[in-house]
Amino acid sequence: MPPIITVENLRKSFGETHALAGVSFEVEQGTVLGLLGPNGAGKTTVVRILATLLRADEGTAQVAGFDVATHPNHVRSIIGLTGQYAAVDEKLTGAENLQMVGRLLGMSSATARDRSAELLERFDLSDAGTRQVGTYSGGMRRRVDLAVSLVGRPSVLFLDEPTTGLDPASRLELWSITRELVADGTTVLLTTQYLDEADELADRIVVIDSGKVIEEGTADELKDRTGGRSLVIEFATAEQLSAAAQVLETLTVAGAVNRIEAKLILSVPVEQDTALAARAISEISSAEIPIVDFHLHRPSLDDVFLTLTGYSPASDSSDQADSKQTTKPSAGIAS
Amino acid sequence: MTTTQTVTQEQPLMKRPRGMAAIWHDSRIIAWRNLVQLPRTPGLVIFTLIQPVMFVLLFTYVFGGAIGKALPPGTTYAQFLIPGIMVQTIVFGTSATAVGLADDLQKGIIDRFKSLPISRSAVLTGRIMADAIRLTAVASVLIIVGYVVGFRFEGGLGFGLLMVLTAVSFGAAMCWVMANIGMAVKDVETAQTAGFVWLFPLTFISSVFTPVYTMPGWLQVFARNNPVTLVANLLRSFSVGQVLPGATWTSMALPVALWVIGITAVAAPLAVRRYRRV
Repeated sequence: MPPIITVENLRKSFGETHALAGVSFEVEQGTVLGLLGPNGAGKTTVVRILATLLRADEGTAQVAGFDVATHPNHVRSIIGLTGQYAAVDEKLTGAENLQMVGRLLGMSSATARDRSAELLERFDLSDAGTRQVGTYSGGMRRRVDLAVSLVGRPSVLFLDEPTTGLDPASRLELWSITRELVADGTTVLLTTQYLDEADELADRIVVIDSGKVIEEGTADELKDRTGGRSLVIEFATAEQLSAAAQVLETLTVAGAVNRIEAKLILSVPVEQDTALAARAISEISSAEIPIVDFHLHRPSLDDVFLTLTGYSPASDSSDQADSKQTTKPSAGIAS
Repeated sequence: MTTTQTVTQEQPLMKRPRGMAAIWHDSRIIAWRNLVQLPRTPGLVIFTLIQPVMFVLLFTYVFGGAIGKALPPGTTYAQFLIPGIMVQTIVFGTSATAVGLADDLQKGIIDRFKSLPISRSAVLTGRIMADAIRLTAVASVLIIVGYVVGFRFEGGLGFGLLMVLTAVSFGAAMCWVMANIGMAVKDVETAQTAGFVWLFPLTFISSVFTPVYTMPGWLQVFARNNPVTLVANLLRSFSVGQVLPGATWTSMALPVALWVIGITAVAAPLAVRRYRRV
């Protein structure tokens, strides 16, 4: 089966700014592609071109075999778009928004009403359906926005930073909705600056930065490319750390032992060799150097992102771990 | 192509009309959307309804005594003022088109519409249809207040309807100009200013509030050729059912018709073109 989205060498400049400097990728039908990159990387520009809102300066893009530049109306009847900022009418109720789009797509009033009721039910908005969207919470707004983009049962869905600014509970909810849609056969192109989001949802990830694709693959492939596992050992004092580092010099390890003195941590590259990790711990114990803590560290997408782009990711891993359990608002939006 | 077949099979309930029928279909839905919004936007309701009432009362009772003396004998200030203030209010009311479109752009609603397989001009024609209905409501409120302060349709109801129709047609033409402004500035605050400031000279340097002959000569040149003056004079003639001395219905109505058609013919295609690019 040919890919449902094909993007070839897209270029777009806004004045002096080169938003896209030759982006190419493909998306297989029924999969989720995560377009990952920092703010200003060009993610939204790609989505706007694919959604026929913007014309590329160069290059081609096709959705379901239709060129977005020459057959925009065909593309529009296949796609759904949920933007970073909820593009629903705040003055209309949730139901009115859904019915308006249904009617615009050519449904009769009755069909549009049924479809609206069905979607409100599915997105747990039945009670809120008669209220103006302006009164909705952020999560409800994002849900109604997604519902509006699904009125015409699109086979390709663009989610442009769908969870930016959402509280953790709404975020998880949106993730599960996305998974359901994919299970129903919808192809999803997701842009995000959250690494865990790409990790959770995307079958394949395209990392873009400064308008260029800099890496592509599954989350696991990306992690592997950034480097293998390492043994991380924490000590109580700098002296103990130095002593342990000397002990480890007698061992043959895959690469240089990395001392992170500020955190009193030694990082020992061990790749797949868990026996080596066990031996390192045992040698240090034999030398009677107390160990505070140790664990095997697999590179996270944060490490991948940092290695690839040189930027700090949108939010560091500890921040994200926190935000999953607490109601801390997404502190890491601005990067 | 197999993909397209699947898509059409999945959407048997949706039948979009084509060509002109599509523009009409989509415009009606967009117009409905804009009209539903109206009572839910208190600021706009006040601006639309309270302001003209205030203007009528202020001008009648504050300036009426002074300006009334400059009018031909037998003409009351209310009879002079209401047609003029109808043009002024409607012209001011068109700035809501600029603000509304800028708001839609800012909020991403235009992006939503543009990502749907709908007619490209319907978002504009639908909005302006709704605006024309809003302006008709404004004109009706003005007539009611006018009757309170002494204005009468001296030429009968038929001329009264012509008066409202002419005012709203000129308003609709101005809405197309405002649509261009709204899409050019792209944000609500700028649209509020850009769609408003130039309306003061446009409406005040005209026969709306005072007879043109009372102005300095250099200003009279502008005032006499100002389309707002032409519309105000035509509305006055409709309100009493007779033309100004030395004029005919053709000499009064034709220039107004040409202005309405001319403004629309230039501003509407420009607005549609701009819409495709925003």
